[in-house]
Amino acid sequence: MKNKPAKNKLLFEGADWDFDTLNRIYEGVAAIGHGELKLDIYRPRIEVITTEQMLDAYASTGMPLFYRHWSFGKQFVRNEALYRKGWQGLAYEIVINSNPCVVYLLEENTATMQALVLAHAAFGHNHFFKNNYVFKQWTDADGILDYLAFAKNYIAHCEDRYGAAEVERVLDAAHALQNQGIHRYPGKKTIDLRSEEKRERQRREHGERLFNDLWRTVPEQTKKAKKRIDQERERRRALLGLPEENILYFLEKTAPRLRPWQREVIRIVRLIAQYFYPQRQTKMMNEGCATYTHYQIMQRLLEKGQIGEGSFMEFLHSHTNVVAQPGFDDRRYYGLNPYALGFAMMKDIERICLKPEAEDRQWFPDIAGNKDPMETLKDIWANYRDESFVSQFLSPNIIRKLGLFLVVDDHRESELAVDAIHNERGYTKVRRALARNYDVSRADPDIQIVDVNLDGDRRLELRHQVVDGVTLDEDDAERVLQHLANLWGYEVYLVESNPEGETTTKHHAEPVHPFM
Amino acid sequence: MVHAREAGWLRGTVHIIDRRRDASGKSLGNRQRFIRRARALVRHAVREASKDRKVTDAGKGGEITVPSGGIHEPSLRRSSKGGIREYLLPGNKQYTEGDTIERPPSGGGAGGASADGEGEDEFRFVLSDDEFIDLFLEDLELPDLAKRQVMGEEKTQPRRAGYKSSGAPSQLSVPRTMRNSLSRRLALKRPKPDEIAALEGRLKELEEAGADEDEILAVRAELERQGLRARAIPFIDPVDVRYRRYEMVPKPVAQAVMFCLMDVSGSMDEHLKDLAKRFYSLLYLFLSRRYRYVEVVFIRHTHEAQEVDEDTFFHSRETGGTVVSTALEEMIRVVSDRFPPANWNIYAAQASDGDNLPIDNEKAVTLLRNVILPMCQHYAYIEVGREPEERRRGGEPPSTLWRAYDLIQSPDLPMAMRKVRDRRDIYPVFRELFERKPTVAGVA
Repeated sequence: MKNKPAKNKLLFEGADWDFDTLNRIYEGVAAIGHGELKLDIYRPRIEVITTEQMLDAYASTGMPLFYRHWSFGKQFVRNEALYRKGWQGLAYEIVINSNPCVVYLLEENTATMQALVLAHAAFGHNHFFKNNYVFKQWTDADGILDYLAFAKNYIAHCEDRYGAAEVERVLDAAHALQNQGIHRYPGKKTIDLRSEEKRERQRREHGERLFNDLWRTVPEQTKKAKKRIDQERERRRALLGLPEENILYFLEKTAPRLRPWQREVIRIVRLIAQYFYPQRQTKMMNEGCATYTHYQIMQRLLEKGQIGEGSFMEFLHSHTNVVAQPGFDDRRYYGLNPYALGFAMMKDIERICLKPEAEDRQWFPDIAGNKDPMETLKDIWANYRDESFVSQFLSPNIIRKLGLFLVVDDHRESELAVDAIHNERGYTKVRRALARNYDVSRADPDIQIVDVNLDGDRRLELRHQVVDGVTLDEDDAERVLQHLANLWGYEVYLVESNPEGETTTKHHAEPVHPFM
Repeated sequence: MVHAREAGWLRGTVHIIDRRRDASGKSLGNRQRFIRRARALVRHAVREASKDRKVTDAGKGGEITVPSGGIHEPSLRRSSKGGIREYLLPGNKQYTEGDTIERPPSGGGAGGASADGEGEDEFRFVLSDDEFIDLFLEDLELPDLAKRQVMGEEKTQPRRAGYKSSGAPSQLSVPRTMRNSLSRRLALKRPKPDEIAALEGRLKELEEAGADEDEILAVRAELERQGLRARAIPFIDPVDVRYRRYEMVPKPVAQAVMFCLMDVSGSMDEHLKDLAKRFYSLLYLFLSRRYRYVEVVFIRHTHEAQEVDEDTFFHSRETGGTVVSTALEEMIRVVSDRFPPANWNIYAAQASDGDNLPIDNEKAVTLLRNVILPMCQHYAYIEVGREPEERRRGGEPPSTLWRAYDLIQSPDLPMAMRKVRDRRDIYPVFRELFERKPTVAGVA
C-alpha cells in the first residue's frame, strides 16, 4: 500500500453507523465477497434488531417465527437472566438457512462490527448454506420460512380447536423424541416444505368429503371383518420392514390411536428437527468457513483502503477473541472451539495450497501447492461435513499447533490413559479420534424400533445398541419412554444391549394418559 | 439463471430492514406458557423468596430459583457416567503417549469434552414486579365487601336511556324502527302486499268472467292507484329509524377502610415488631395492589394511641406501657370522624404481643364487642410471639389479651384470631385470613 488511500474511500469512520453507512458497508463487502472471492450466496435479507429482539430470537432457536411452546419461554427467561446479570453476552448476529437468507444484526454493534458480521454471516454462512451437500440434501431453504409460518398457524389452530393443554402434551412428547425424529440416510424423495401445507389441506378436505356419519351406524359384516383381518395382516407384514430408527416417523405413520391432528403435530416437530440436523453435522466447518471469509474480506477492505487501521485493529481484537482456544487446563476451557479449529484448518489449507512443505506434500498430495486456495476451499465447503472434513484435512501442523492429545477414560481402570499425542505415531490416531468426536450419529445413541406385536398386546419394542459401554441416562430414558408409551397407546419396552448381544438394562413404560 | 433483479444485490444494493421499531416481546406468549407450566413451582418459590426480603421490598419482582425437576425436558441421551470415553483435548504441554492421569473427581471427565452432559439442578430466572405480585397474592380477597355506594364521577357505566334518531349502525334498534315504520304505513294507508294481490286476483277473475267493462276499468284504476301508493310510501323511511341511546351513570363501588392497629410498647421487642410489620406490609401491599378504593389507617399505641402515616408506622420507634383500649378508642374516633359505617366497609387488623394492662382488658373487650365488631366487616387479631424454644409443647399459657378476646369469640362474629411465632408463619396466616372463600349463595 504505497499510495495512502484518500479519506473518501473509507466506507465509514468511527463507531457510529446509519442505514446509508450500512448500505455502503454491504456494497464494499459484496464487491469483495462476490466480486473477488466469487462466493455463491442466497439473496440476503438484512434486518437490524434490538437486544430485546435478539433475546426473542434466541428463544425460538434463532428463527423469525416459531410455534408457541413453554420450553421456548424457559429458554427465554434463562437467557434473559444470564444476559441481565452480565454472565452472557449476546451474539452479534444470527443467520438463518433460508432463501432469502435472513441476517439479523444487533443494533449495538459498531460500524466495524457490522462490516465483520455482514462478511461473516451474509457471505460466509450464506455461501456454506447454499453450497454444502448436507444442507442441499436435507433442507429446503426456499420453503422453510413458509413452512414455519404454516407450523405456527397450524399449532395455534389446534390450540383453539382442541385446547392448549392437549396440544402442549403432544408437543412435550414429540419434543422428547425429536432427536429420534431424523432420517439419517437420504431417501428417494427430496424435501419440499412448500407443498407440506397443501398436502395437509388436501388430506383434511379429502377426509371431510368422505366423512359420512351414517357409516357409523352400519353393523359390521363378518365378511368385511374377515377382509379387515386380512388387511391388518398385510399391514403388519409391511411393518416388518422394521427396524426403524426414526421413531417420530414411525409413530406418525403407525401409532394406532393418534388422531390426525396429533400426527400432523408430530410431523411438524419431526420436519423441523430434520431441518436442524445438518447444522449439527457441520457446525465446525460452517463457522470455519464464515470466519475464514470474514477474515479475507476484512483484510481486503483494509488493503483497498475502505476501512481505517483503527477499525482493523478493532476487528482483529474481536476476531482474536472469537478464535481463541484455551488449553484443557485453562479456567476458560469449554471444549474445542469450533471457530478456532475451523478457522485454523481453513487457514492451514490455504497455506498448503500456497506454500506446502514436504510433510504437506506427503499428507495432501492432491491439493498441496495447487496455488488456488479459494477454489480448493469452496470444493471442501461443498462436499464435506465435520466428520469427513477432519478425517481428510486435519494436518499434522494443526495437531502440533493446538497440542491436541487423546485421553481414554475407561471406567474399569483407575486412571485415565494418554493414548496419542502430537507426534509421528499419534497424528493418525488423533485425527481419527477427532473425526469420531464430530460424528453426530455416534454422539446420539443408536436406538431403533425392532418389533411390534400388532396381533396381540401391541407391545412396542425398542433396542439401544450400546457403544463403548455407555448406557442411556436412566431418569431421562424413563421419562421419554413414558411419553412414547402415551403416544403409542400401549406398552413400550426399551432394551439396551451391547455388541455381543447381551442385555444390560431394560426399561418399560405403560401409557398413563394415552393420546386418543 | 441470473435475473437482473438478483444481479443488483450481488453488486451490492440490498434493502436493509429496520426491525427495531417492531414490538419486541415475541416470546411473551412462550414466557406466559412457561410460567403457567411452572406455576406451582414458581408460586412456591415466590412465597419462599418473600420470607427473606426486607419489609420495603415485599412487592418487588426479582430473581427466583425453582427446582428444575418439573420443567425438565427429557431426551434419550447417553449417560454421563460409565463406559469407555475418548477425550480429545488441546494444549498438551507435558504428556507423552502412555502417560496416565489421575481421574478427576466427580466423574466430570478430563475437562468434559462433551457439552451434552450438562446438569441442571436449579433454574433461575427473573420475574417482573407484576408477575411476582400476581403469583404472590393469587386468590386473596377482602371478606364480605358488602356495602356499595355511589362516589363521585369516577366510575361510570353506560345505561340504556331511551332512543335517538341518529347514531352508529351498531346501535340501531330494529324493533323500535319497525314499530315506527308500521305505524307510519298504517297511518298513510300503504297497501299491504296481500291487498294488492287480492285486487290483482279480482281483476283476473273479472277479465276471465268477461264482466262489465266499467267494473274492470274501476278495478284496474284502483290497482294502479294502490300501486302508486305503495311506491310512494316507502316500507322503511329515514324518519322511522331509531338508535338506542345510552347514558353514563355513576357506578356504585365498594369502598373500604382498613385499620391497622399495632402495639409498639416496650414489651414488643425487635423480633415481635418485625413480625407485626411484616404482616402489615403484606396487608398494605395486598390492599394497595388489589383495591383501588381502599383507605388504610395506621394506628399505633403504647399506653396512648395515635393515628400516624405509613412511614411513621413502619419506621419510627417509640416505647411505653400498654393500654389496648386506647387504640380501639382512637379507631372509633377516626371512624366517627371520617368513615360513616353506613357507607364504608370497615376492616381492622390488630397486632400485639398479648400483653395488656390487666384492668384494661375488660374495657377493651367491651369496646370491641359493643362498638367495633358491629360496625366491622371483619376483625383480625394477630398475636406475635417468640418461638417456644425450650418450652414444652402446649405448655405456654395464653396471653391475657388472647384469653380476654377468646371469650367473645363466636361463629357469628366476624372475628379471627391467629398466632404468629416466626417469619415463615406470616404468609400462611395472612393467606388463611384473606383467602377467597367459596361464595355462599344468599348471603347479603
